[in-house]
Amino acid sequence: MSGTQKADSRPVSPHLQIWRFHATMAASITHRFTGMALYGGTLLIAAWLFALASGPDAYAMVEAAAFSIPGQILLFLWAVAILYHFANGIRHLVWDGPGAGFDPKVASQISIFNYVFAIVGASALMFAAMNS
Amino acid sequence: MADSQFVTPTKVTRGLGASKTGTSHHIRQRVSALALIVLVPWFLFSIMKAALTGYDAALAWVASPLNAILLVLTAGAAFYHMRLGMQVVIEDYIEKPGTRAALLILNTFFTAVLFVAVVMSVLRIWTGS
Repeated sequence: MSGTQKADSRPVSPHLQIWRFHATMAASITHRFTGMALYGGTLLIAAWLFALASGPDAYAMVEAAAFSIPGQILLFLWAVAILYHFANGIRHLVWDGPGAGFDPKVASQISIFNYVFAIVGASALMFAAMNS
Repeated sequence: MADSQFVTPTKVTRGLGASKTGTSHHIRQRVSALALIVLVPWFLFSIMKAALTGYDAALAWVASPLNAILLVLTAGAAFYHMRLGMQVVIEDYIEKPGTRAALLILNTFFTAVLFVAVVMSVLRIWTGS
């Protein structure tokens, strides 16, 4: 870091490239990534509500976009992201509160469960939506 | 730290990190998460149902007082939670002070504007105006 003068060496976040691949590391990165994706995903919900409040014409446009193929793919990915972040978020709360689930083997298993939960759950939601 | 003989561990820690409002941020992030554990499942199932039933039914769904209240609560908890989360991401990865400050302010403005847009939409439907 030439040219910068720092009074102290503050702790920095561990960077992605220093980690050997393992389930908990992937789960942690995915948690942050899905969180950021959901940040953008709220625009979908806001657009839906805004269109609903604006009237039938605006709503028809949003509805058409949502039921199009790209719209369905986007909604599926949104569902995967929210279900993953939800499941892994509960794991974070269990880590912080009761302090359970730190055993490496258990932590890895929960990581894999969260991925499966997100993908299976989102598929089930989409299937239910298409067949209703 | 060779000269830390007379420096308390707390003082050393403060010199290394921001150590200003981290604890409060941590707790706020988790309290909003607790609220979302209850609100998100309700939200997912009911908005899916509402979005599949067409304009009039969706309108009726938002116009019901309980749904309107829960929608505003969900939006409040979610936008608060994601503002806090994105703040940490910005602080972790953006080193340049000016860019970092600009993004942190934008983060607050973006979530605030989106929250108001959602609340106003819900209120507009609820009051039927």
